[in-house]
Amino acid sequence: MQVQLRIRRFNPETDNKPRWGEYTVNDVNPTDSVLDVLHRVKWEQDGTLTLRRSCAHGVCGSDAMRINGANMLACKTLVSRIAKPGSDQAKIQVEPILGLRVIKDLVVDMDPFFDHYRSVLPYFVNDNVPADGREFLQSPEDRARFDDTTKCILCAACTTSCPSFWANEKYVGPAAIVQAHRFIFDSRDQAAEERLKVVGDSFGVWRCRTNFNCTNACPREIEVTRAIAEVKVVLARGEI
Amino acid sequence: MAELKTHTFDAVIVGAGGAGLMAALYASKSANVAVISKLYPTRSHTGAAQGGVGAALGNAEEDKWEWHAYDTVKGSDYLADQDAVDVMCKDAIDTIIELEHMGLPFDRFPSGKISQRRFGGHTNNETGKPVQRACHAADRTGHMILQTLYQQCIKHDVNFFDEYHVVDLIRVDDTVRGIVAIEIATGDYHIFHAKAVLFATGGWGRCWEVTSNAHSLTGDGTAVCLRRGVPLEDMEFFQFHPTGIFRLGILITEGVRGEGGVLINNEGERFMERYAPSIKDLASRDVVSRAIYLEIQAGRGINGKNYVHLDVRPETVNYYLEQAGESRRIDREYIESKLPDIADFTRTYLGVDPVSEPMPIQPTAHYAMGGIPTDADGRVRANEADGIVQGLYAAGEAACVSVHGANRLGTNSLLDLVVFGKRSGMHMAAYCQKAELLPLPENPAAEVMAEFERIRNGSGGIKPTDLRSRMQKSMTKNVGVFRTAELIQEAVNDLKELREQYDRNIQIDDKGNQFNTDLLEAWELGCLLELAEVTAVSALARTESRGGHAREDFPKRDDVNWLKHTFCYRETDGQYRLAYRPVTLGRYEPKERVY
Repeated sequence: MQVQLRIRRFNPETDNKPRWGEYTVNDVNPTDSVLDVLHRVKWEQDGTLTLRRSCAHGVCGSDAMRINGANMLACKTLVSRIAKPGSDQAKIQVEPILGLRVIKDLVVDMDPFFDHYRSVLPYFVNDNVPADGREFLQSPEDRARFDDTTKCILCAACTTSCPSFWANEKYVGPAAIVQAHRFIFDSRDQAAEERLKVVGDSFGVWRCRTNFNCTNACPREIEVTRAIAEVKVVLARGEI
Repeated sequence: MAELKTHTFDAVIVGAGGAGLMAALYASKSANVAVISKLYPTRSHTGAAQGGVGAALGNAEEDKWEWHAYDTVKGSDYLADQDAVDVMCKDAIDTIIELEHMGLPFDRFPSGKISQRRFGGHTNNETGKPVQRACHAADRTGHMILQTLYQQCIKHDVNFFDEYHVVDLIRVDDTVRGIVAIEIATGDYHIFHAKAVLFATGGWGRCWEVTSNAHSLTGDGTAVCLRRGVPLEDMEFFQFHPTGIFRLGILITEGVRGEGGVLINNEGERFMERYAPSIKDLASRDVVSRAIYLEIQAGRGINGKNYVHLDVRPETVNYYLEQAGESRRIDREYIESKLPDIADFTRTYLGVDPVSEPMPIQPTAHYAMGGIPTDADGRVRANEADGIVQGLYAAGEAACVSVHGANRLGTNSLLDLVVFGKRSGMHMAAYCQKAELLPLPENPAAEVMAEFERIRNGSGGIKPTDLRSRMQKSMTKNVGVFRTAELIQEAVNDLKELREQYDRNIQIDDKGNQFNTDLLEAWELGCLLELAEVTAVSALARTESRGGHAREDFPKRDDVNWLKHTFCYRETDGQYRLAYRPVTLGRYEPKERVY
């Protein structure tokens, strides 16, 4: 099939402001991903097209972008999902994720995103290891309590789809709250109080307006809004 | 114009996957360490590892590290160095517990202990039956290891240089002085002057057309070492994982078979019963990949095509469990909880629900058993004798210790990363305590900068993509699951021509400095071309079949002539020279390998 691509382009060395680039790619297989089509453009038509990508099957989190207006991983979005059923043509518009400075084309500055991530103490805290030298014991039920939020690949699709983040970049954002959740609800961890202080402050969970953009954007199908709500409940009740 | 900046550290770690991060945690306890990665660390391909990490914890049933060691040696087709295998399998137990103490969210048994499952080639040595040894977190064990190690690095304030691409090693005689990197965002060159350098840059599966490997797996560190005079060990041994998604190569974990999944041909036959009567679908990967290839050759691919089915539907699994006299049964919920990512992959990319349909699979280029030769502390060997390059280390898939020999067992790559990443980090820290910071040579970045200017300004009209795709096609056809002298020679010829084209006629579009991935991808292609050539040259010389190296013209293993490691050097004139090093044997005498 044929794909008409419209890609938001910006080269900091030659452009004053972003522009649209238009490309036609022929002989696309409906099961090709948007990343495959972007590679066809980069490798066959215009090597200056710049994007991040690595694993190409939705686990490394490099290629979150705005595809036809919604945040997705380019490698996990098949052309067939975008094309009208039965049509041998597809129109795809690709832009960088919103709310972070564009460095070049589809590449944005991820540093503010990772700064928020680091702010929630995203690491396990418990130095009282079992005296027998073996693993901490944890029941399958306790392990299941935070399973959903262990799936996060830090792609930023959620945070950069959130209107509260667009409105104020100081908002810690859904991805960082997901990370906080992963530790707050881990029965082995001992730093929940400190984390709750971070996500409970004025740029924390209370900025969430529960509009579910994050949940819809998550390529790992994490129930992000629910995780944020669970953290809110803990803050409101004062206990986990 | 790009700038040149210089930094000084005790040690530099190149690559931020499992091995690099584990080394960083240990080295930075006493040394001033920089971790340099061309990706954000959490993008590293360790995160794609699925099924589990092996350790004889014995949480489900009796197990011993010695059994793990024997299975590893047998799996390696007796090419692994048995002293290094002992180190890995013994250290495995404490290292896995240590990861759990770092917070790694392993799945749990009802007892609260780490959950373990079966995996290919792992057995109870007394009964010969599969043993539950693979510690796992659903089917995203690598993701959890990568995240946990990165989290701990943040906790311990490790210095990261994210999206810096290391392009050269500064070596003077048998000592290292540092590395040269390009800051991707600006295009500036940076020299990292250091006492010690560790390469943990992963594999080079992108030499082949169908691969489970990320686009970024271009063997940079391994190629850089080769160019700086380090020989590469056992490069002819590259693993083709039996179960990649048809055409796409995306990995379907061996854990699927560990949970009871079976391989089925066009006649509905569970064909592994013929090839490995004892452990069937859980034979070593080389054995299973060859079986699939032979089934397809015999016309028993599904609908005559180049794939077979991997069937994990509960009715199929339960049928075979009943046949085997096992009481265990599985259902939809079990698959969803134990293999959620696999189910997601096949639903996304194939529209196939593994609970109700079998998955179309074919072997996929997966893992480099060979690489930068090291001892069990990660120190890089200078030659096939016992020489060491002072201050140079390698760990993980980029390295060859050798614990995998001619074929790696599933779950042993994650184990290799954490065990030898840790040992390298510790050794490097100790080395930095006593070693001097040796001076930099004059203009240490000049040579690689000239190479980048050559690529940037090339005008020969040949696009990197054309060369890459010709290399991948040739390697797939000629240096794949089965090989012959004629085929490998064809690859050697192809690669020579491709390298000439690369050296003379390559042309790219992006002439800029900032985030120039066109330029960096072209340079990566140069790495792949050289590693493909080393692979082919090493494979042509080895006139026997062993593990992942299967020669149709030499179908038998030949211990008299070939119980030895290949060391391939790149000479200054660009030619390759082969030498050999004896295998370190131990408790396990080489014998015929039957599963």
